[in-house]
Amino acid sequence: MTKEELKIKITEIHPEAIIDESGEWLNITVEPSAFRSFAEQVRMDVLDLDYMFCLTCVDWKTHLTMVYHLSSTTYRHNLVIKVKLDRDKPEIETICDIWRTAELHEREVFEMFGVVFLNHPDLRLLILPDDFVGNPMRKDFEDPINMIKL
Amino acid sequence: MLEEIAITEEGDLIINVGPQHPATHGVLHLVLTLNGEIIKKVEPHLGYIHRSIEKMCESLSYRQFIYVTSRMDYLSAHINNHACALIVEKGLNVEVPQRAQYIRVIMDELTRIASHELWWSAMAMDLGAFTPYFLAFREREKINVIMEETCGARLTMNYMVPGGVMTDLHPDFQKNVKAFIVDFKKTLHEYNELVTGNVIFQSRMKGIGYISKEDVISYGCTGPVARASGLRSDIRKIAPYDIYDKVEFDEIIETGGDCFARYQVRIKEMSQSIRIIEQLIDNIPEGDIQAKTKAVLKLPKGEFYQRVETARGELGVYIVSEGAAQPYRIKFRSPGFSNLSALDHMVRGYKIGDFIAAMGTLDLVIPDIDR
Repeated sequence: MTKEELKIKITEIHPEAIIDESGEWLNITVEPSAFRSFAEQVRMDVLDLDYMFCLTCVDWKTHLTMVYHLSSTTYRHNLVIKVKLDRDKPEIETICDIWRTAELHEREVFEMFGVVFLNHPDLRLLILPDDFVGNPMRKDFEDPINMIKL
Repeated sequence: MLEEIAITEEGDLIINVGPQHPATHGVLHLVLTLNGEIIKKVEPHLGYIHRSIEKMCESLSYRQFIYVTSRMDYLSAHINNHACALIVEKGLNVEVPQRAQYIRVIMDELTRIASHELWWSAMAMDLGAFTPYFLAFREREKINVIMEETCGARLTMNYMVPGGVMTDLHPDFQKNVKAFIVDFKKTLHEYNELVTGNVIFQSRMKGIGYISKEDVISYGCTGPVARASGLRSDIRKIAPYDIYDKVEFDEIIETGGDCFARYQVRIKEMSQSIRIIEQLIDNIPEGDIQAKTKAVLKLPKGEFYQRVETARGELGVYIVSEGAAQPYRIKFRSPGFSNLSALDHMVRGYKIGDFIAAMGTLDLVIPDIDR
């Protein structure tokens, strides 16, 4: 599907979505409350975005943005979904039952950025030691002992 | 180690595989829940070699961050560098000279062969055959020597830079590569006779660690793991970069979905890599090896994503730029991380001996998973 066709489909599914065409792929910004149902629809519907090739988070100092890169193995189109989260209380619904690769990726984002994934089956630290305090990938993270400061 | 040995209420045995275990090929810690010999659950504990490369890159310039990425998947160092060079070129709209593109692709494919050879040797060793290890390392050494002559390094080459490659080829490069191709074609035949056709080997691989195409998609598996289950996932075909759209090669697809299918994909991929190198080695155009770029590179404000096919699968580099000389945020989507997430699903219900075979066919490189 081309960018234009994707755009039309997405407006049909979720009229409130903010569409940004500046990048290589179509960027869709949705509200955290609408995210879960939107994700279910783009997976199941005619868009058939069944392959998640990247899941990450960006710390913008004022807020966090979850970034989901999706692709369709049938139609070969790509889509980027973004969700703005409150930096002090970042919470979002998990999607690891839709794309199972997300389970480990969400755990990584949880420890690195402190985003809480609601209904995640096993939300624990993955890479960091069990007793680690803090979210190292946040911009204001400081570790004087290991001289980490941006 | 967490629990040294434990038995759950249901009588299941919990054992630790790693962090120091010969079959993990690095410091990977897996906690297995066993019912007798049958695996009920595999839980990865990562981070023993975590260096937070993504955080490091936030304070490195666009010329510097490439050097760190050689340390991720050290067996595909060239291809990691390639991904980083490509994303910077994409951001700056740099046209790479043809000569550099040819050199890059040849280097990528040599790396892929070297990586698959190491995997093949380690795979056979995991299953108890020791001779292949020496055989493959003998061949791999030839590639390392070729790399050393041109790049000055054997493992972490750091040869590709934004705009092209760092130095020109060694005068003997073409001669040595051609000699290697002649040798390798003989040895690949030897590999198949020694291991692929072996009945014991096949009975340990066939029907083991099965994963369906739907699950491969859902778990985001890439590379040979995905292609062994019938998913077309070769980035060199889907989104060609440099001159991959001009060379002829086949994307190897198997539909078995088991360990043997994954094994065959990699063995056949080596022949395809040879095929690509043969097409290019005599036709490297003359000219510049690097495009002219500014001393300080600054990517425009925006987001960039570059996918490349490493020996293990799709490597994605995601850069968020604020227009500064350093990336604001960088994310490496490593192939090993996604492939590892499918391990639990792949081995449930199989015996513990099969677990080693399944893990071997995933071709895990731990620094690539931990980053």
